[in-house]
Amino acid sequence: MAKITLDNLAHSYLPNPTSEDDYALKELNHDWEDGAAYALLGASGCGKSTLLNIISGLLHPSQGRILFDGKDVTNAPTAERNIAQVFQFPVVYDTMSVRDNLAFPLRNRGRDESYVAERVQEIARMIGMEDMLNRKARGLTADAKQKISLGRGMVRKDVNALLFDEPLTVIDPHMKWELRTQLKKLHHDFGHTMIYVTHDQTEALTFADKVVVMYDGRVVQIGTPDELFERPEHTFVGYFIGSPGMNVIPAKVEGNKAYINGSHVDLGHGYGPVEGKVEIGVRPEFARLSHDDGLPVNIRRIEDVGRHKIIRADFFGHDINIIAGEDDEISADMNRVSFDAAHVNVYANDWRIAPKGTLGEAA
Amino acid sequence: MEKTVNQKAWFLVLPVLVLVAFSAVIPLMTVVNYSVQDTFGNNQFFWAGLEWFKEMLDSERMWNALGRQLMFSGIILLIEVPLGVFVALNMPKSGFWSSFCLVLMSLPLLIPWNVVGTIWQIFGRVDIGLLGYTLDALGIDYNYTQDTVAAWITIVVMDVWHWTSLVALLAYAGLKSIPDAYYQAAKIDQASRWKVFRYIELPKMMGVLMIAILLRFMDSFMIYTEPFVVTGGGPGNATTLLSIDLVKMALGQFDLGPAAAFSLMYFLVILLISWVFYTVMINLEKREG
Repeated sequence: MAKITLDNLAHSYLPNPTSEDDYALKELNHDWEDGAAYALLGASGCGKSTLLNIISGLLHPSQGRILFDGKDVTNAPTAERNIAQVFQFPVVYDTMSVRDNLAFPLRNRGRDESYVAERVQEIARMIGMEDMLNRKARGLTADAKQKISLGRGMVRKDVNALLFDEPLTVIDPHMKWELRTQLKKLHHDFGHTMIYVTHDQTEALTFADKVVVMYDGRVVQIGTPDELFERPEHTFVGYFIGSPGMNVIPAKVEGNKAYINGSHVDLGHGYGPVEGKVEIGVRPEFARLSHDDGLPVNIRRIEDVGRHKIIRADFFGHDINIIAGEDDEISADMNRVSFDAAHVNVYANDWRIAPKGTLGEAA
Repeated sequence: MEKTVNQKAWFLVLPVLVLVAFSAVIPLMTVVNYSVQDTFGNNQFFWAGLEWFKEMLDSERMWNALGRQLMFSGIILLIEVPLGVFVALNMPKSGFWSSFCLVLMSLPLLIPWNVVGTIWQIFGRVDIGLLGYTLDALGIDYNYTQDTVAAWITIVVMDVWHWTSLVALLAYAGLKSIPDAYYQAAKIDQASRWKVFRYIELPKMMGVLMIAILLRFMDSFMIYTEPFVVTGGGPGNATTLLSIDLVKMALGQFDLGPAAAFSLMYFLVILLISWVFYTVMINLEKREG
């Protein structure tokens, strides 16, 4: 187990990157705490796999350093880093038995057979595959194969971190939940540092202690699931996390009021002068529809998703989503929306602005 | 649903029946016809039963040709398959050089058989051929028209030159289908180059390699033109492979009965071997699926 430090790390797939746009991964400083479970969340192509491959050493970064427990491993080959990685598509050695698959990394490192046998038994118990050890890996289900690749990673005792690159993509929905639970239990029992790449927010939020949200090659927020929900630091985080995502509405902000087309919305805090592209962000959960309270909206559609209703509406020419309780009556004359002032965030050029007097808390 | 009976539907399959009849069934049946009859000329035939088949099975000539044929197919498979795999492993995976190699390797495959034979026939000649002359000048005793070993080396090298590309291209296609994650996982598992080949590349190539082996076996087992152009089956009978012997018997000596029996047995052997291959391949796929 180790703490992993990224120091001024950046990567470009071009040989001579000039502008910032050339970088698939923009400059980044971050410590991955020893023994924590992280999720790396972002849309496809945002640089999360690049980051993962740099940590595992499959990719050499264009600039910066990677340190494991303070030791520089930037130039160390993959095999020396003692990293385990589980890939999107299950990688198993088809012609070998499950036992030989699990033993493979140890045998390659020249461990003696009695040690190998003992470790394999232990790992098989951990991943719940003791009764399948003698079967050929070929022909097993996708989730069993994925468990084998996980086991192959954990079989070495000196593993520094377990990396997962969207490991549940090809798993049947009902097995996803089970595997995720098992993974979480493994993390709890053995305390490996885990980094889990995904574009599925549910996976990220349920798996990780801390979620790292990436957007366009940049880390836009690192936080607990709660923080990501309550205080998205970037409009992308607001939009990407939540279902539906946060409503983002252009506005003018003065003091503790925001002005939209001349009408005002109360903000929970006071703000200094805000420059640039100013928007307010409100989660659909904190918007409320009523007869008389708030600003006018035109309801376009109501979707009943079972546990609540999603109201799609037009708000001064912008799309807005409102969540109402499953049992709430919605009548035709309910055409006003109000926001819970404490949960309205202010953004300038897509980044969240800390309210006055709370600068420390926002960081 | 109620099925409508409409006998006119037979007309839809008729074209294919006619085509197959004329291209395969009728010619084959004439061969069957010859194989059970004898003639003393004047186009008068009489029933001979299985006489020709018995004669051919007892004939040392046919067994010798079969032996040479098996040796030829065996040698070229032993060379072409490992060599093809080796070439495929060392080909560039992408970029300009990858396309360049692919084109370069397809070239021999596009040359007609008799041209390949002619190329090597001239190439190996001691008086004017680049290869033959050079070897001779180096003091190596090489003459494919007189020396059995030289003749064999020539036709084997010619076949390797002509067909290794096919194996290489198929193996290359198999290699390209392996996702990068396998190589990355192998790196993480600290697998050696040999183990990567043994446990990742070879199993993934197995399917296409079986096809390559089947194709090369069938083609080489039926080979006629190239060795015929180069050596004409000689020196002596040293390179008289099955089909060369068959043509000699049927058209050279005009022994239609024995030749017909011979070709039917030849046909059955190929059919049998192909069937065995096919069964093995299907089973392999089932095991993988």
